[in-house]
Amino acid sequence: MATYCRPRTVSEVLAALANAEGRGRILVGGTDLLVHLRKDPFAPTVVVDIKSVNDLPPAVEIDDDVVRFGPTARMAEISGDPFIAGHLPALGASARVVGSIAIRNRATLVGNICNASPAADTVPALFVYGSTVTLTGPGGERTLPLVEFFVGPGQTRCGPDEIVIRIDVPIPDRGHRSAFQRLTRRRGVDLATVSVAAGVDADARIVLGLGCVGPTPLVTDASPPVDLTDPAAIEGAVEELVSIATPISDVRAARDYREAMVRVLAVRAVQSATAASGGVSS
Amino acid sequence: MTESSLHPTSEVAVALELNGNLVHATVPAHRTLLDMLRDDLGLLGTKRCCAEGECGACSVLLDGELVNSCLVLGAEANGGVLLTIEGLSMDGVTDLQAEFLAAGAVQCGVCIPGQVMAAEQLLRTNPDASRDEIRDAMSGNLCRCASYQRIVQAIQAAAVGRRSDA
Repeated sequence: MATYCRPRTVSEVLAALANAEGRGRILVGGTDLLVHLRKDPFAPTVVVDIKSVNDLPPAVEIDDDVVRFGPTARMAEISGDPFIAGHLPALGASARVVGSIAIRNRATLVGNICNASPAADTVPALFVYGSTVTLTGPGGERTLPLVEFFVGPGQTRCGPDEIVIRIDVPIPDRGHRSAFQRLTRRRGVDLATVSVAAGVDADARIVLGLGCVGPTPLVTDASPPVDLTDPAAIEGAVEELVSIATPISDVRAARDYREAMVRVLAVRAVQSATAASGGVSS
Repeated sequence: MTESSLHPTSEVAVALELNGNLVHATVPAHRTLLDMLRDDLGLLGTKRCCAEGECGACSVLLDGELVNSCLVLGAEANGGVLLTIEGLSMDGVTDLQAEFLAAGAVQCGVCIPGQVMAAEQLLRTNPDASRDEIRDAMSGNLCRCASYQRIVQAIQAAAVGRRSDA
């Protein structure tokens, strides 16, 4: 049966994880963890609730060139933050479409990456901005590019005795534009069928973050500079970039459909980014 | 069963303000707030339906925020302030509930306590919500009788009533 503890400090959290010998699970929002607990109610999970920890980094900290998100940063705060909407529009838009109001009141950005779903809504945008993730464990802190954090569906490089303490999202230079596009079967409270975040830098090079078209969310290399006034040029660049997608067929869509839609959404995301300040549509 | 910190326990003592009253319960560590309300505290107004955050039937207000009580542990509610459908209508049917009835929005009724809690929170936080904002805010509450149009009408009518009372 599950057990529960509510440590007060990060070092107590690490001690609880060490004592749990691989059975520890960090709880903040619980929107994924409680579903797992329900599906396996007799597992000896040690639930480590970190909401009373007093030495965690702040939920959202805006610095000169980076926005830092701690483990308690919730989707509701991220989607409602005007600075994020202005400077990291694809991230704000992707946080805005996670679940429902009740879900966004609990679900966290750090939880979204730790759950490591190929459909994680916020990851394509985090990729486009070149985010890094910082973990704390018995050996101290380590920071790695978010791209290297994901191993496979539900699997990350976060060890059983570590916690993710921070996600750092660099604030893009002036002239960088970004947007998020997402396809779902119904408008609210659905997992994405395909999602795309597009970043376009001042030299018109395109980077795409792709969700639901691989075992983890994916990010492309930067394209060569693209003539953004020419739809055919955008389509050509997108065609090259999305070739990294390896979608599967599942309950939400067939592989062929995802392959077709990832192109459509990518073109829309680029056009949306360059037409305005970004946005989202379903 | 010490107050938390380092040692995980299989049972957790919970004290919270529930509908204005201080209540105590001791619950298994994995018990959800939803199951604690229904099975330990006997409040059956909060409905158990999907139990995984898809349907909104178990919506309650925890510390003034709408949450799915199936996705919160009872243990996490320790020290919290909780409002359920019983607390909302302690003095009888509210104006919002009356509008649900008048609009014919209540069909089988299972989703309605959750719909009312979500709608109440919407009216408290955005009293002038547009039709699109209402539909968006209510998208986490499913109704398999498909009374959606009438639910939106009921919320709009309650909003009009509250504006004229203000």
